[in-house]
Amino acid sequence: MPEILITLLTIGVVVAAIPGVCNYLILLERKLSAWMQDRIGPNRVGPMGLFQPLADGIKLLLKEEVVPPHVDKVLYLLAPALSVFTAMMAFAVVPFGPVDDSVPGFLRFIIAPNINIGLIFIFAITSLGVYGIVLGGWASNNKYSALGAMRASAQVVSYEIPLGMSVLGLALMSGTLNLEELMHQQTQGGIMSWNIWFQPLAAIMFFTASLAEANRLPFDLAECEQELIGGWHTEYSALKWALFFLGEYTHMITISFLTSILFLGGWNLPFIAEATSNYPGVWLVKLLVLFGKAFSFICLMIMLRWTIPRFRFDQLMELAWKVMIPLSLANLVMVMFCMQFGFNRWWLFVGSLGLFAAWGVISANLREAELAARPGYVKPKKKAAAVAHGHGHAAGHH
Amino acid sequence: MTETKAKPKKTVAWVEEPQLGFWESTFVPAIMKGLKTTLKHVTDRAPVTQQYPEQKPDLPLHYRGVHRLNRDEKDRVKCVACMMCATACPANCISIEAQAAPPEWPDRDKFPKSFVLDELRCIYCGMCEEACPVDAIELTHIYDLTGETRDALMFDREKLLSVYDKTKDNPRDPVRTRRGILGPAAEFASLPTLGPATVVPDSDRSARNPTAGVIKGSLGANS
Repeated sequence: MPEILITLLTIGVVVAAIPGVCNYLILLERKLSAWMQDRIGPNRVGPMGLFQPLADGIKLLLKEEVVPPHVDKVLYLLAPALSVFTAMMAFAVVPFGPVDDSVPGFLRFIIAPNINIGLIFIFAITSLGVYGIVLGGWASNNKYSALGAMRASAQVVSYEIPLGMSVLGLALMSGTLNLEELMHQQTQGGIMSWNIWFQPLAAIMFFTASLAEANRLPFDLAECEQELIGGWHTEYSALKWALFFLGEYTHMITISFLTSILFLGGWNLPFIAEATSNYPGVWLVKLLVLFGKAFSFICLMIMLRWTIPRFRFDQLMELAWKVMIPLSLANLVMVMFCMQFGFNRWWLFVGSLGLFAAWGVISANLREAELAARPGYVKPKKKAAAVAHGHGHAAGHH
Repeated sequence: MTETKAKPKKTVAWVEEPQLGFWESTFVPAIMKGLKTTLKHVTDRAPVTQQYPEQKPDLPLHYRGVHRLNRDEKDRVKCVACMMCATACPANCISIEAQAAPPEWPDRDKFPKSFVLDELRCIYCGMCEEACPVDAIELTHIYDLTGETRDALMFDREKLLSVYDKTKDNPRDPVRTRRGILGPAAEFASLPTLGPATVVPDSDRSARNPTAGVIKGSLGANS
C-alpha cells in the first residue's frame, strides 16, 4: 500500500478513535471517582452505564449553542478549536504501538514516522495549547474567565521549563529526540535499560509537570470551580465546551503514552514482549502492553485527581520555580557530568536519589526558616514536641 | 499533670503548627497515604446509594409531605372552617371559604365551601397541622409531588380529600387522632372554657362552668 494511503488511514483511525476514547475516559473518571467516594456512579444508560458516553455525546451535540452577546466572536469560536487542534497535533508524533518489522505492512502505529525532533515538536505544539485557554478566557469578556486564563497562562508557561528540562537529560543520555528511537533503545535492552532506572527523578518531574500542563488536579487552578465558576470555559456551552474537554483528555492520553514511552520502555515487558520474542501476533501483544501502560498512567492521574487537594497558586508557582526548575537543572548537569567523564549509567540512579534527598532537606530547612521569620515564633524544643502532644501548650511553660 | 491542677484552668488551647520534616517536605508519603486510602475505597467499596425510582427511601415518621383533609366517620370533611390553619400558615398558601353548616350537621357551625391549598407556595412547615383544632389537616408521606401546570398544584377540597382516601390505609400515614371522631375542639359545648379576662354575665356559658380566670359578678352586667 502506498505510504500516503497508510498515513491517511492512520489519521482517520486516530481522529475517529480519540473522541470516543476520551468519552470513555470521562466515564472511567466518573466511575473511579464514584468508587473512591463509596458511590455507584453512572449506571442508568446501558449495563453499568456503559452507554453513558454516547448519551452525553448526543446531549452535547443537540444542546443549544449559546454565544453570549458580549464576547469577541472570532476568538471565542477559535479557542476551543485551537485547544483540540494542538492536542491532536501533538499526538501525531507519538508512537502508540510497536513501530518495527513485526507489524503487518498496512498498519502503522504512528501518524508521522521518523520525526527527528519528535520531543521538541510535542513541547512546541502542547505549549501552543495554552492559546486555546488564553483566547477563550479573553474572548469571553468575563472576569472569572480572564482570571482563569491568566492563571492558566502563568502556570503552563512556568511548567514548560521543568517539563522540557527533565526530558533534556534523557535526550542527552540517549542521543536522540526521536520518540521511536528512544523507545527502540529501551526495548532492545529489556527491563534493565528502561529509562526510569537512570532518570527516576526526571520521570517524577516529567509526570508532575505534564499534569500541570494538562491543567489536571491538583494543578487545575485555571478552572477551579470554587473560586472561578468554570475558569476560562465559564461562558462556553454545548459542543464548544465539549471541545475543551476533548482537548484536555487528548492531552492526558498523550502524556500517558509519552511517560510510558520515555521512561517505562514502551511496549517492552519482561517475558511477554521482549525484543527477541517472535510468535504470531506479537505486534498485537506489544500494542496491548503499551496501551496497558498508558492506561495505568491515566488511572493514576484520575486517582491523583480525587486524592490530592488543589494547590494554592503561590504553592504552585513555588513548586515550579523553587523546586522543579532547579532540580531538573541539577539533573541535567548530572547527566552531562556522567556522559562527559564516561561514568556508568547506574550512577545516575544514585545521583537522582541524592538530588531527591537534597531537595527534601533543603525544603524542610526553608520551611523552618520561613516559620522562624514569623513574629512571635517560639522555637520548639526537640524534646518538648513529644510531651506537648499530650496536653497542648502547657508543656511549653516548664 | 499535678502542675496543671495548681494553675488556673486554661480555656484557650494553643495549637502550634506541626513541624514539617524531611519526608513531609517531599510530599511523597502524604501522596502515597492518600492514594492508599482512595484505592482502599475502590477495592472494597460499600456504597450506600439508594437506587431511587426502584428503591424508595425509608423516610422518618415525622416526614412532612403533601397535605390531606381528613374525613370524619360519616365521610364528611372533618374541617370546620375555623381558619386556624390559614392564620397560622407562614406562607399564606391556604384560602378557605366557609359556609354555614346545614341543620343536619349539629356538631359544627361551619364547613369549608371551598378549601384551596397552593402546594407550590407551601413550605411544608406543618404549622397548619399543629394549628388545626379538629385534626382535619395533616401532612402525609407523599414527597414526589409533580404537576404540569401551576394550576394543577392548587389543591382544592376534593383533591385534598382524595389524598386522604389514598393515604389513610398506609401504615406510615395513620390518622393521628381518634379515627372518625372530630377532635376535642369540636366538642365545645361540653368542654371547660378558658376564662376570658373580662367580667362575664351569669347567663354566659363560661360563668356556668367556671375555670380559673373567669370573673363572675355584676360588674359586666352593669357596665
